[in-house]
Amino acid sequence: MAVFGKCIRGAALLAGVAMVWAAPAAADTIKIGASLSVTGPASFLGDPEAKTLEMYVEKLNAEGGVNGKQLELIVYDDSADANKARTFATRLVEDDEVVAVVGGSTTGTTMAMIPVFEDAGIPFISLAGAVVIIDPVKEFTFKTPHTDRMACEKIFADMQAKGIARIGMISGTGGFDKSMREQCLEVVGNYGIEIVADETYGPSDSDMTPQLTNIKNAAGLQAVVNPGFGQGPAIVTRNYKQLDIEVPLYQSHGVASKSFIDLAGDAAEGVRLPASALLVADKLPDDDPQKAVVVEYKTTYEEKTGQPVSTFGGHAYDGLMILVEAMKRAGSEDPKAIRDEIEKTSGFMGTAGVVNMSPEDHMGLDLTAFRMLEIRSGDWTLAE
Amino acid sequence: MGKLLSHRLAVPVVIALLVVALSFAMPSNFYYRVAALVWISALAVIGLNLLMGYAGQVSLGHAGFFGIGAYAVAVLPAQFGLHPLVAALAGAVATAAIAFLVGRPILRLKGHYLAVATLGFGILIAMTISNEAWLTGGPDGMPVERLTLFGWRVRGADTWYWISGGLLVIGAWIACNLVASPTGRALRALHDSEVAARVAGIDVARAKLTVFVISAVYASVAGSTLALVNGFVTPDKANFLHSIELVTMVVLGGMGSILGSLAGAAILVVLPQVLTGFHDYEHMILGLIMMVIMIVLRAGIVPSLAAFFQGRRNK
Amino acid sequence: MPELLQFCVSGLTVGAVYALVALGFTIIYNASDVVNFAQGEFVMIGGMTTVFATAAGVPLPLAVIGAILVAMVVGLLLHRLAIEPARGASPVTLIIITIGASIFLRGLAQVVFDKQFHSLPAFSGDTPIRFGGAAILPQSFWVLGGAAVIVVLLWGFFNRTLIGKAVLATAANRLAARLVGINTSFVMGLSFVMSAAIGAIAGILVTPITLTSYDVGMLLALKGFAAAMLGGMGNPLGAVVGGLAVGLLEALGAGYISSTYKDAIAFIVILVVLFALPGGLFGKASVERV
Repeated sequence: MAVFGKCIRGAALLAGVAMVWAAPAAADTIKIGASLSVTGPASFLGDPEAKTLEMYVEKLNAEGGVNGKQLELIVYDDSADANKARTFATRLVEDDEVVAVVGGSTTGTTMAMIPVFEDAGIPFISLAGAVVIIDPVKEFTFKTPHTDRMACEKIFADMQAKGIARIGMISGTGGFDKSMREQCLEVVGNYGIEIVADETYGPSDSDMTPQLTNIKNAAGLQAVVNPGFGQGPAIVTRNYKQLDIEVPLYQSHGVASKSFIDLAGDAAEGVRLPASALLVADKLPDDDPQKAVVVEYKTTYEEKTGQPVSTFGGHAYDGLMILVEAMKRAGSEDPKAIRDEIEKTSGFMGTAGVVNMSPEDHMGLDLTAFRMLEIRSGDWTLAE
Repeated sequence: MGKLLSHRLAVPVVIALLVVALSFAMPSNFYYRVAALVWISALAVIGLNLLMGYAGQVSLGHAGFFGIGAYAVAVLPAQFGLHPLVAALAGAVATAAIAFLVGRPILRLKGHYLAVATLGFGILIAMTISNEAWLTGGPDGMPVERLTLFGWRVRGADTWYWISGGLLVIGAWIACNLVASPTGRALRALHDSEVAARVAGIDVARAKLTVFVISAVYASVAGSTLALVNGFVTPDKANFLHSIELVTMVVLGGMGSILGSLAGAAILVVLPQVLTGFHDYEHMILGLIMMVIMIVLRAGIVPSLAAFFQGRRNK
Repeated sequence: MPELLQFCVSGLTVGAVYALVALGFTIIYNASDVVNFAQGEFVMIGGMTTVFATAAGVPLPLAVIGAILVAMVVGLLLHRLAIEPARGASPVTLIIITIGASIFLRGLAQVVFDKQFHSLPAFSGDTPIRFGGAAILPQSFWVLGGAAVIVVLLWGFFNRTLIGKAVLATAANRLAARLVGINTSFVMGLSFVMSAAIGAIAGILVTPITLTSYDVGMLLALKGFAAAMLGGMGNPLGAVVGGLAVGLLEALGAGYISSTYKDAIAFIVILVVLFALPGGLFGKASVERV
């Protein structure tokens, strides 16, 4: 009997689940989906991204929506687990029947979701960094942040200009870190720079002095670069100061949020990194074409959330706006039509820079959109 | 009824009926996918339950075996052009070999020491997968070639629902047979008292090793299946958190209960999908539900409920 | 040679935290046979509560005391609401309850606090002390000193006080302890409260060095558990030695062998030790009674 009892209960459970899921949807809304890493190891990406999407969808709806219809945003938290992201992608396509998706906070979750959206023909704008997302180009997949390869190029160009030729590298073993490390190793030769020490640390390590001691002891060291994101770079920066390493330290665009400066404290002084103009919005000259966009986003975000702006939320802003513009141009909610219009995006001014997409380039950013920043007196400053 | 249920075919038949019955209640492909994930997890959990529930040995490293199975179908076709099914088989054989080699020394340890040794072993596998990016794609994972059978590309959540459901039924059937076999009886003796089992002439080390290897192969096959369903693998599933999740599924559902394995897997796979509406409170509720189930149904869902109904009927 | 000293200081600091977590495991295990996987969450609660209290303007010493009290209350509630009602359940069931508790506490922290990483200012400045070519943070001395004080206090408690002896008696034989009039339920509650306090202190001391966030607990529980097993489950001395050894292995492994595989190096050593000594470094060989 126990077995039948279980079956009945199982069926009842599933029926209950079905009722929860099958929430009625009004026909005159446009459904947009998102699967973001709101909790878990990448929550500092997913959290501001989710807040940004919610904030701006509300704002757009208050202004009358898109094409005369209200937007309906569905956000799931995949906690940076690729398998979960894959399930949510299926859920967005099959169950929620969204017309487009923004998000995928990390490269791992993005890559797991791509096949679902490519099969279903749903446009997908990823917010993750790695170049593999758009290279090779996939029909329905786009992305808004700069690639890790561009960050490497920006850093190495800056080093080259300063006559630095021998550097140490310390990177995390997480997805972002590892992907950027590989991209850096690939392009470093083009700048006549040699990597004399290459160390790594685990994603939740709390002390990197052993690795940095080895780097410090490398002969002829002129600078150190730390591809990484999360708390790792903050600890690296603190340990860097503890060990009194005097050559310049370069961080990546992965630390581009105020919390990095807070966590690293005094040790952050003099650290250089490539990032978008968003971080220095109020320090941009008035004639900078990007100024209006980044100041508007920064003010809105900081007023609504009470937290300092990060470039990660900016990627979500760019993704949503590129999508909305495309829907307006297409004048319909047909996923295929939206996709075609996203690909035609040109001259769009986002927080990451000017976006000019093409059938060969599903990101549309170039190196000029990256600024080299330096941390001085606990704040970002333009180094160029 | 009780007699019927104790037949060794009863449990696989019940599971088969459940798979068929549920297919009529699937509103969309998403539900098929969630159900397929339940079947796959349940397969791995049945294997682990053989080790934990019947032989009384804890493993906190089964996600490592799961990972080997998953990466076998990702790496072997990509690097050597093997057919995914051959790759899955190779993964299972490799898993069995590894389990056999490490099983000998590890299974000499007892209780929590065995737990920490298997934990360490699982972490070694997960670290290798995550760090050897030239082979495995590193932390961001790698794509898996779609399975092609007789020129037909296997795809679609509903297809995978049937395939994984079928695998689960087969897995349950093998497990039930194993439990009823002399090896199974030896295992139960060993669960109750290792010394007594030894005195009774049972080759304890051998019995433990056998079930360890078998349960590792279950995890490997489940891992291969999941990788083929997803068309993508990441190291998450080889991670120790997944090991702990598998152990939790075993205990929640009920140690030594094949149906319990399915119940435990169903709860931990379906619950997060149901709780998405609670956003920030999702993890709190999940933790709370786990605690309450374990406090109220301390022998696990299926054995505790079975005992409850048994007791009521006898009154 | 200066790098050896640097590696050792780094390893001992991290190892001291593992040691305190392992001690927490040991105390609860001895009193109740429960392997408490929520032990790492006490470390998180200690660190996070102090961070948020100081951010709200509470002076550091008060915030520290407050955080320890909060952790103690959580420890007591964990025992009263989750462990006590399941009394008599199998050890595995109890472990799953503590895993559930750890998921719950992490979820709670994510709502009560936030999902960001946080830091505390170091107690006596950030200027490293140069010694024999190594640069040592003053906070490292706080961590090591704090751990040493806790170990000495615990030793005194168990050997010099009546309650401490009651705890030891309960650990040795629960039924016999009850027969001589020891309130074993009180002793178990006490062990949870003490473990929680130790975890919280570890979290507070180490936050200025390692930072903290709502989800640091799981990994610490894992490392602490491994450390306790390396030392021999149930042996406080083993827990301390095991914790320091794991920390040192990680730092030396990262410094001399491979920073990518340093966690693996620690676990390989643990496996080798357990193969040679199946009861850990200081454990008694277990004998099964028939």
